[in-house]
Amino acid sequence: MKFVGDRHLRKEDPRLLTGRGRYVGDIALPGMLHAVLLRSAHAHARILRVDADPARAHPGVVDVVTFAELGAAGRAFPMVPPHAELRGHNFAPLAGDRVRFVGEAVAAVVAESRYAAEDARDLLEIEYEVLPSAQTLAPGAPAVHDDIRDNVAGRVTLARGDVEAALRAAPRVASLRLRIGRGGGQPMETRGLVADWNAALGQLTVWASSQVPHQIRQFIADLLDLAPHQVRVIAPDVGGGFGAKLIVYPEDVLIPFLARRLARPVRWIEDRLEHMLAATQEREQEHEVTVGFDDAGRLLALRDRFVHDTGAYTPRGLVVPLLTASMLTGPYRIAAVESSFESRYTHRVPVTPYRGAGQPQAVFVIERVLDLVARETGRDRAQVRLANLVRAEDMPWDTGLPNYRGSGHVVLDSGDLPSVLRRALESARYDARAAEAADARARGRLLGVGVACYVELTGVGPFESARVRVDAAGRITAWSGVSTQGQGLETTLAQVAADELGVTPEDVTVITGDTAGVEHGTGSFASRAAVVGGSAVALAARDVHAKARLLAARALGVAEADLEQAGATFADRRRPERHVTFAELARLAGAATAALGVEPGLESTRFFQPTDMTYSSGAHVALVELDPLSAAVRILGYWISHDSGRLINPLIVEGQLQGGVALGIGSALLEEIAYDEAGQLLAGSYMDYLLPTATDVPTMVIDHLETLSPLNPLGLKGVGESGTLPVPAVLASAIEDAVGPRGGRVTRMPLGPARLLDLLPPGLPGSDGSP
Amino acid sequence: MTGRPDAALHDIAVIVNGAERRARVIPRLLLADLLREEWGLTGTHLGCEHGACGACTVLVDGDPTRSCLVFAVQVDGCRVDTVEGLAGNGPGLHPLQQAFRARHALQCGFCTPGILMTLVAYLRLHPSPSETEIREALSGNLCRCTGYQHIVQAALDAAVAGRETAPPA
Repeated sequence: MKFVGDRHLRKEDPRLLTGRGRYVGDIALPGMLHAVLLRSAHAHARILRVDADPARAHPGVVDVVTFAELGAAGRAFPMVPPHAELRGHNFAPLAGDRVRFVGEAVAAVVAESRYAAEDARDLLEIEYEVLPSAQTLAPGAPAVHDDIRDNVAGRVTLARGDVEAALRAAPRVASLRLRIGRGGGQPMETRGLVADWNAALGQLTVWASSQVPHQIRQFIADLLDLAPHQVRVIAPDVGGGFGAKLIVYPEDVLIPFLARRLARPVRWIEDRLEHMLAATQEREQEHEVTVGFDDAGRLLALRDRFVHDTGAYTPRGLVVPLLTASMLTGPYRIAAVESSFESRYTHRVPVTPYRGAGQPQAVFVIERVLDLVARETGRDRAQVRLANLVRAEDMPWDTGLPNYRGSGHVVLDSGDLPSVLRRALESARYDARAAEAADARARGRLLGVGVACYVELTGVGPFESARVRVDAAGRITAWSGVSTQGQGLETTLAQVAADELGVTPEDVTVITGDTAGVEHGTGSFASRAAVVGGSAVALAARDVHAKARLLAARALGVAEADLEQAGATFADRRRPERHVTFAELARLAGAATAALGVEPGLESTRFFQPTDMTYSSGAHVALVELDPLSAAVRILGYWISHDSGRLINPLIVEGQLQGGVALGIGSALLEEIAYDEAGQLLAGSYMDYLLPTATDVPTMVIDHLETLSPLNPLGLKGVGESGTLPVPAVLASAIEDAVGPRGGRVTRMPLGPARLLDLLPPGLPGSDGSP
Repeated sequence: MTGRPDAALHDIAVIVNGAERRARVIPRLLLADLLREEWGLTGTHLGCEHGACGACTVLVDGDPTRSCLVFAVQVDGCRVDTVEGLAGNGPGLHPLQQAFRARHALQCGFCTPGILMTLVAYLRLHPSPSETEIREALSGNLCRCTGYQHIVQAALDAAVAGRETAPPA
């Protein structure tokens, strides 16, 4: 039996369902200390004086550390990845003489208990000189970094063809101004670390709730002047990531620094307010887009200029705005395109990718454009999309825009976008729903249907690694350089390995997120773990299987073609009583191997280096109703058609899509990080920042297509972020349909209750009691 | 210990998952910290520490309770049930846990213990809920991974299984 494609139940579930998971906050070591951080109360200020003496004198306090105590570790982190146009600045483990956003870490208090550490933190006295701060994307704001007076972190233009000429030549031209606000990944487990310095071994062990343990190891080694082999970073069970655990944060170096300084284990667990104050965020952009089109609704030219809020530092360089700009045309054929941006510093939380990573903005912009063109030409929104989608025969489709990594153009490798859309429309019974909604509106109800398409960039390189080993007891272990935050990689990677090895997923133990497992690793982000990590596991497992067959044939004195495998046993096809097991082969491989012509060990380490990204695609249809009095949006129906190549585990893929849509609903209707004009956070709790609950998220109908990617051995494409991408766009489309031509136009996200109220058409007949 | 040395200490006794445990605690020690830090019952998770996310939900005398909002001294003499005790002392899974696995109702698993404890108490009182009722019962528990759909299905499955195995009234 093959396991790739099976709705296999997850191997991690029994542990997680019974409270036996091991998250970073569950790790307690003998003699462990507890760290808490004092964070800046101001968006922009000079630190004039720190008086730590009262805090140091507090009972139970072991240490108080400010920038002055960091010594050589008090250096700015590198930027990942670099870019020629980036004028970058990154943070250090603690702020030096200046703070640049409310929540930036200023000092650490370490004590015998978290209770004592928090008490002592209240005794720390910081004298600030408060400075004016940049809280707007408009030019002329106070400089965030002294060497960049205009706050421009980077300015990039991507283009295909002569867009100005194409706009002049187009029969019709229309424009839009669109705004998107800030939100965050908000994993239910906050960030956290436990660090343990073993002086005898010269070894630092760090447990981190992170998506990138190998990158954390590199930063720790660099800043603490250790060799990489002296640092082991483990991402244990991680309670969600969504991008909020994607970068290396100041604490990731600071807590190990404290553990080594104090020669005792130190634990730091972020609280939710800290997460709101200091975990990175995303999405804020202001777009001015102009489209040229003809009477048939065909797109001829597209120009988008946007300003991107990058916050106070650029730990992820220009990745987010580059993704927005490069993915602007998405699934559509447009001959002339210009997409340009300015990324500007503000005195706010740094901006790095979270689920979607710049692409939800791109989808929102282009799908608003498609709806505009449909309205201007009096055509159906779905038909306008079908007229412009890249067709199956166009694949691979070169969009002409450089990809965000600068490694070539965005080239859609495979897919059948019109079929995906048609299937979504059929699944939703789009035409009937649209007619029903129109009837309902005629009777005073605010019912609307929306549609949106997307492609998602997935399977990002540069590489992922895997080590597969059969040990002398016959245990099969697969280590991967990816980490897992709930995506079920212990199961899906085991499915991949099992198929290559001829065993079951239950026979394979998968270990992710441990730098001691594989020397090199990239991490889990950009919908890459299954694609790139799974491909590496397939290659390594394939090697091990080939080696096992070679050894089995020699051991049994038969040709490989005469072997018959049943699970962990290889037998002589002609004399089945003569057989050898994986365990025996591993012992054989561990000994006299020179004569066998193989290297020792029944194991293999392999890397998969994709030549390019692979692109998933899909279409969503939504049916919504607005309450005419409160403007509250109810999502009455939701249909998804999605193509992410070969599905390793459809059950898990459905979960990824459902979770992605839920997050998208939050960022469309509920979630917004708001600041006042002084840069003070106005949404610091789950009472102010509303995550979607079970009553906000509808049941979704999901349909899969499987167009295999040609870019990896299994034909995989990523899915982790796909569900999120089109949600603001499809809800905007549906809400606009619901409020009708006399209602407002959706030009910004998120849509809170106040903005929804502004969209309602005047003189609603809602008082007539029509159901 | 975890606090000011001058704070008065209180001796408490709690029936945790059926067995009595005793502790000497400072007045402000949270129930969640008692369970996790003192007793090693780390299946109860802290997601927000302000009572909004529901990850820390345990049962106190059978009622779902946010252990981040309750002091340890308040449960002196009470029965406290956590996810570790849900399936009894055996290696198997409670029917609700089985339904969660079968329906892929968890991803990262961090919110899961609080959701299981909330639903166990709810289904005990409401053995035949509708989907809408399940969604309302869940609305005080945040899950960022699943989009809730599989959780709702698992809860409905568990309700059916519970009715089939329930002793006749």
